[in-house]
Formats: sequence, C-alpha cells, structure tokens
Amino acid sequence: MSSPRNWRGMPQRYRLEAAKCKKCGKVLFPPRLVCPECHGREFEPTHIGNTGKVETFTVIRVAPSGFTDQAPYAVAIVNVGDGVRILCQVADVEPEELAIGMPVKLEFRKVQSDGESGVISYGYKAVPVF
Amino acid sequence: MRDVAVIGIGMNKWGEVWEKSISDLIAESALLALDDAGLDKVDAMYIGCMSSGLFTDQEHLGSIGPDYAGICPTPGTRVESACASGGAAIRSGFLHVASGASDIVMVVGVEKMTDVDGAKATFALATAADQEYEVFHGVTFPGLYAMMANHHMNKYCTTRDQLAQVAVKNHKNGKLNPLAQFQMDVTLDQVKNAVMVSDPLTILDCSPITDGAAAVILCPADKAKSISKKRVVKVKGSGHASDTIQLAQRKDLSYLKSTEIAAKKALEMAGRKIGDINFAEVHDCFTIAEIMVVEALGAVEVGKGGPATMDGVTAVDGKFPVNASGGLKSKGHPVGATGVAQIVELVKQIRGTAEKGRQVKNANIGLAQNMGGSGASSVVHILEGE
Repeated sequence: MSSPRNWRGMPQRYRLEAAKCKKCGKVLFPPRLVCPECHGREFEPTHIGNTGKVETFTVIRVAPSGFTDQAPYAVAIVNVGDGVRILCQVADVEPEELAIGMPVKLEFRKVQSDGESGVISYGYKAVPVF
Repeated sequence: MRDVAVIGIGMNKWGEVWEKSISDLIAESALLALDDAGLDKVDAMYIGCMSSGLFTDQEHLGSIGPDYAGICPTPGTRVESACASGGAAIRSGFLHVASGASDIVMVVGVEKMTDVDGAKATFALATAADQEYEVFHGVTFPGLYAMMANHHMNKYCTTRDQLAQVAVKNHKNGKLNPLAQFQMDVTLDQVKNAVMVSDPLTILDCSPITDGAAAVILCPADKAKSISKKRVVKVKGSGHASDTIQLAQRKDLSYLKSTEIAAKKALEMAGRKIGDINFAEVHDCFTIAEIMVVEALGAVEVGKGGPATMDGVTAVDGKFPVNASGGLKSKGHPVGATGVAQIVELVKQIRGTAEKGRQVKNANIGLAQNMGGSGASSVVHILEGE
C-alpha cells in the first residue's frame, strides 16, 4: 500500500463518502465520474449507511502477502441499503457464527499492518449486531 | 470479415517447470505450433499473459515472444485481461486475420507462476480484482469464488458434494491427458476433506498454480488446405463481454452475466444455438465456477448446474461434455495460457486426436469459455470442423 493510494482512499474508508446521481438517484460507492445506470454525470455528495446485512461470506485461510499474519479472517459482502453492497472483513466473530442475512454494523478498524511501504491502513470492518 | 481457420496447435507439458523460463515456455509451444502447421514463420504474433511482471519481473513479451520463437522482426503484441488474457489474445488474432491485415497469425498464451512463493502468487492473482475495494480488505480469488459458492448454495440448494463432483469429473478426464499437471483421480471425500482454503472451497476445489504455455496458428480459411493436410477447423464465432470488476456490484452474486453475453455473441456469429454445441472447454478455476458457467452458457437451467454435474450431464459421455481436457482443475491453470490451451483442446477434439477415454464422440462443434477475475471479463469462441 503506497502513501498516495492510502491517502486517496480516505474519504471512503474513513468517512463512507458516496455520490448520488442527480438524474436517477443511484448511490455510487465509491463515487464515479459517470453513473453506470443512466450515464448521468452530475452527483450530490452523500454517505452510505453504517449498518447492513451479510449477503454472502467466506473465511480466508490462505491469505495474500500483507495479510498472512491475520489469517484466518472473515470477509463478507454486506448490503448497506440504497442499493449499495460493499466487501469488507467481518471482525469480532467466530467463523461458525457467520451466516447469510446476519445483521452487521461498520466500525473503524485497522485493516492492513505496515508492510514494505511503512503505511498502516485503516478503514471499515463489519461487526455482528446481536 | 474473412473466415478464419486454426492450422497449427502446440502445448507443452504443464506443471512446476522450474528448469524453464517464461521465454523457454513461449518458444517451446510456438515451435510445436509451427511444426504442427508445417510453417517456420508467421506474419504477426499475439501473446496472452496476465502478469509476467509480478510473477517473473519480466514485461515486454511483445519482443520476448517473436525473439525466442526465432521469428524477429515479426511484430508481437501482448494482450492482458487477467485470467482471460489467453482468450482475449485468441480474439485479437482472430480479428487480425479476419480483417485481412495479415494472413498467418500466431497466438501464444503463457504464465510462469512458480518463480514466486504462494503468498506472492496469491497477491499477483488478486490484482485481477479491484485493488481499492476488494484486495484492500484481504480478499483472495478463492475468497471471491467461495462467496459466490456460498451465495449459490444458499439460493439454489447447491450441495458440497455437487461442487466436489466437478473436481472428481475433471480429474478423471485429466488423468488421461499426458500434458496435464495433475494426472490423478480424486474422490468426493478427498475433495471435501482437503485443506480448507476459503470456506467452503478446499484446495481440491481450486485450480493449481502452474507454469505452462500453449500456441495456435490462425490463417484465412480458404488458404488452410494449401498449408496443412490436417482437418480444417474454423473459428466460427467469437464473443467478448465485461462486467463490474467488483463482485459486490453485480446484480446477482452468483450469475456470470459477462459469460452469458459473450456466449450469445459467439453463438450468433456462428449461426448456432447452445444445443448445437457438441462439447465445451470452460473456465473451472474453482469447482463452483464450472457450475456457474454451464448455467450462464444456457447449457443447463440457472441453479441446476450442481445436479446436472452430479447426473453426468457434463461428463465426457454426457449430453454436454465439459472439460474433457481435465479443465483448469487437473490440467493446470497458467492463467495467461489457459484461454489458448482451450482452443488447442477444441482443435484436438475436432481432429479426433484426443487420447482414448477422453475423446468426445462426434466432436465437431466445440465451445471455449475463458474468464477473467470473478467473471469481470469473459471470452467465448466456437470452433467447427469442416
């Protein structure tokens, strides 16, 4: 993770900033230059919700470089409403507790330890709501 | 557009080929294809490769290819579309010949993956996903397909056994393919009880890390007979489509829309329906992938890919034989080479020269489906014997 890349992603990873298409109302996370639904190019700033439901999940047991110290860890695709799904890790959960439909909330967590670049990356992770 | 034929095929033995470099792999398959066609030069060359930079620190395959094949100053172009690089290179070569720009075009696919360790290879492969919104969170390719598998199992009641049966079937075929990396049988229990990579996928649900290359030579169909005495095999259809790079942004998390669209385009060009296809080579990078692909192709009803596999529909002697080569599962998956090797296999089958036990009966019309990432790009070709 290079410093510019880490910095560039902060509005989304730290603050869940998104864009709403002024033409069709689609919420884009992350924001884009053009709406893939209606090709609109004007947006208003918005945020995605910080709660949602697990639509699918897995437990990563063989991790890529940069994550080998964390394995095993859970990853899920979470529906946060407004037609937006995001992929993120699920923290504070045992693998056998994971289930499709499970309610979660997004919390601010450390995602990657400092690797070769020395950058520690933070962002959102889902945690179960019991 | 002119009709295009395949007049030469070449593929080396795949596996952990530590004694050979990426240049050796390219040259070896290129020379096999030239020998098969009875040629010693071509007008242009395409090289499908996903990530020679990350796997071997080597880029500029547009020079490496022609140089080590001994055919400089023939122009070389590298084509990249992740694991669909080979299929995309075939399409580039096909369009090149069809357009009339050149007559004889070679397409090589290659990947040299075992010069790096497992974690680096996993990282290199993960670059086919969205760096900022998928890879950032530590997801891997087995992880993405595992999430598709869980979604498919939840939505259609696809079972763990049905997933495993894809591996059992493909290894049974690959056992008979002398070029395959893993010429061995696996059982349902072995697949299910193997080391877990990303739940529910075990290591035997995953295609392996492989070194390998494959090559084909294309020419205008009306010149094929004057160059080669072998059965003329035409490229009748070519289709290509994309989808969102992020799995999370697809409308359906376990449906391969890009494959459906690429297949429709290829079938339309060929003037065929899916029911006309005698056999297929598809992108079984994971067991769940083959199930989703046969559904997206329209060969079976959506949601029925698992039961169809269990019932033998996709076996060599089934109604819709899939991956008689052993597929990516058993034959190996040197990512950039896979799409080209699929075409090599279709030609072998249509020529009737596949090994006994895995030769499909009446194999005259074959389909190859190659995809990149979690289905974010798909390429489909249809080949037909004359």
